[in-house]
Amino acid sequence: MKPRHQRFLLITAGVAVLAIAGMFVLNAFQSNLVFFFTPTQVSKGEAPQGRAFRVGGMVKEGSLQKDGENVQFVVTDFAHDVPVSYKGMLPDLFKEGKGVVAQGKLSADKQFSASEVLAKHDENYMPPEAKHALDQAEAAKAAQSAKP
Amino acid sequence: MIVEIGHFALILAACVALLQGVLPLAGTVNQNQRWQALAKPTALLQFALIALSFVVLAHAALTDDFSVKYIAAHSNSLLPSQYKLASVWGGHEGSLLLWVLMLSGWTVAVALFSRTLPLAMVARVIGILGLVSTGFLMFILTTSSPFERLLPAPADGRDLNPLLQDPGLVIHPPMLYMGYVGFSVAFAFSVSALLSGRMDAAWARWSRPWTVVAWIFMTAGIALGSWWAYYELGWGGWWFWDPVENASLMPWLFGTALIHALMVTDKRGGFKAWSVLLAIGAFSLSLLGTFLVRSGVLTSVHAFAADPKRGVFILIFLAVVVGVSLTLFAWRAPKATLGGKIGLVSRESMLLVNSVLLVVATGAVLLGTVYPLIVDALNLGKLSVGAPYFNAVFVPLMVPVVFLMVPGGIAHWREARWKSLGRELQIPALVAVLSALGIWILSERGTWLVAMGLGLAVWVVVGLLMQIVARMKKPGRIPPSFWGMHLAHLGIAVVVVGITFVKGYEVERDVRMGLQDTVSIGEYTFELMGVSDVDGPNYKALRAEVKVMQKGQFLETLHPEKRKYFSSAMPMTEAAIDSGLFRDLYVSLGEAIEGDKPQWSVRVFYKPFVSWLWYGAILMVLGGLLAVSDRRYRKSAASLG
Repeated sequence: MKPRHQRFLLITAGVAVLAIAGMFVLNAFQSNLVFFFTPTQVSKGEAPQGRAFRVGGMVKEGSLQKDGENVQFVVTDFAHDVPVSYKGMLPDLFKEGKGVVAQGKLSADKQFSASEVLAKHDENYMPPEAKHALDQAEAAKAAQSAKP
Repeated sequence: MIVEIGHFALILAACVALLQGVLPLAGTVNQNQRWQALAKPTALLQFALIALSFVVLAHAALTDDFSVKYIAAHSNSLLPSQYKLASVWGGHEGSLLLWVLMLSGWTVAVALFSRTLPLAMVARVIGILGLVSTGFLMFILTTSSPFERLLPAPADGRDLNPLLQDPGLVIHPPMLYMGYVGFSVAFAFSVSALLSGRMDAAWARWSRPWTVVAWIFMTAGIALGSWWAYYELGWGGWWFWDPVENASLMPWLFGTALIHALMVTDKRGGFKAWSVLLAIGAFSLSLLGTFLVRSGVLTSVHAFAADPKRGVFILIFLAVVVGVSLTLFAWRAPKATLGGKIGLVSRESMLLVNSVLLVVATGAVLLGTVYPLIVDALNLGKLSVGAPYFNAVFVPLMVPVVFLMVPGGIAHWREARWKSLGRELQIPALVAVLSALGIWILSERGTWLVAMGLGLAVWVVVGLLMQIVARMKKPGRIPPSFWGMHLAHLGIAVVVVGITFVKGYEVERDVRMGLQDTVSIGEYTFELMGVSDVDGPNYKALRAEVKVMQKGQFLETLHPEKRKYFSSAMPMTEAAIDSGLFRDLYVSLGEAIEGDKPQWSVRVFYKPFVSWLWYGAILMVLGGLLAVSDRRYRKSAASLG
């Protein structure tokens, strides 16, 4: 093989490897994006069925029920509620009346079954998604009451 | 008063850093040797001034001077002394002070160990480091001074985040910072090579030991962080693909590629432009890491700042560094002479493929880390990229990298012969395939992933043993760098074993337990003996007593805790771990469950080979140290001098 051919082969192989790697990265990326929805969006049916997403807001006061590892609680943005079920140990800072973000799927009966309840690192810290949900609901309310 | 001295010293340091950045560089342009000679004294002076202000802040922390806003926010009079000291870098402002202290420390090291280098080269390198330092000092002084007063002073401080009150966390940030900042030296060397227009092998030889030292610190820092997450966060994970972890992984991947590319540049004169690009990339990723961690765009235990000004400053700084150095690269790199020809199959070609794969992997991690931030910043919605993405992308990219480590080490430079290479690879391939098949068939939960992981690790170990045997047959003294390389590669194999087994065979049980209840995993049985109240120096804790039996024989008693810290009322899970060479037993205590009889939720893990992750990192660090200890570096620097 002439050196020129060899270099050509090397470059072609390199480009091919990069293209395959790129395709495969973008494919994995596409299927693993987890979108965020507010409780209002979820109850309006904007959230996807059968695909994992995140929902965030406040844990509704008095909604927490524990039965061993099975946990039920309600996430609210004070406009709409989403019931959540979860199996496992809750993070240290999980409390009623505090912000929370849960990741999971929506089942047929509008029950959100969480695979992950996100831990917080600081008692004063509010998950940004939860805060976003509350702000959205607040803004929607303000807009509604402003209407005559 | 003392505090103001610290602040003043920092302002002076910024002025000195600017001098150090401008005059020696200007001196290389107008050939003024006296200006160039200013590099070393200004570097020393800058270091002394920053060290003074750091000591002042440490003094304020140790003497509980809560009139300093930073100390009041991050320390507490009840805090044990070592954590008071750790609180100096436990927050945003102090950690940046540590950053510039280290940067000036590295600069001084360059100044002291560069006697054999040409004056102009030293002037350029120290000048560039001075400019970087100026940027960071301006950042501290304008947006995040740790010396701000808080009047009237509060009676007590708000305490260090309990998660950070841990010996691992006392040394984790300094280690990681040494690595982050250390890449600035490789960056300065490569940019000064671009500036001088002399893109020969000399700069690569000089920057090799510095890059390896930075990489050693980075490796140790990442391993410590992972170890800390494992035993402190209480859910038994050791890598979460958290953006902050990714921020440290990305420069590490680039640094690894850089070490190997520099070797080719030094020994064969090839990859010159590629090495420069990797050096610029590694430092840019370090800056990006600082931006991600410190700007408050991420919310985690690491992100203290929520002040957008700070993020914007670092982002502009990053843009300037990347923009200027890439422009310089585009201008000067075409001048770089190509090294000798590279055969399709040669040590160079495999090193090239591996460094490209490492760069692609970094790009994939970068995409997953930054994409949600960009989408959020553009107001296109909120989303996140989960661990499955990173696993799906990172693992397949790393498999060929680990695979090529063996033929890459055996193949000849320039042009290897397929036949002889194939013959030498027969034994490692055979042993690897046999052990992969063995575990797949014989073990109960064997999957093809486990088989592949074990096969890869065996492949690497047998391959490097054969290389060592082959080398010992040859005459001549074996240099320490040879052992260093193989030790570091062995470390990779050990880490691969750890990941494979812990992913493949770990068992987790989330249960609720009353007194005398038991839970079993394999041959281990855990029994809850009792739960009692314990008082710590600045917390109250619930402590469980868990008896562990192995095959009916008493093994030990573990004491997991649930702590409540006074200052923040924040609960903390303190896991109890029995760590062994081949398995860890991990117990963490959850909250009490209300009911007629007392019960607690308890999480129990059986984690095989998990500690190999950190043993592997230790081997890599030792390998790096051995390689740096090689006298060849210093000798050749002198002969090139």
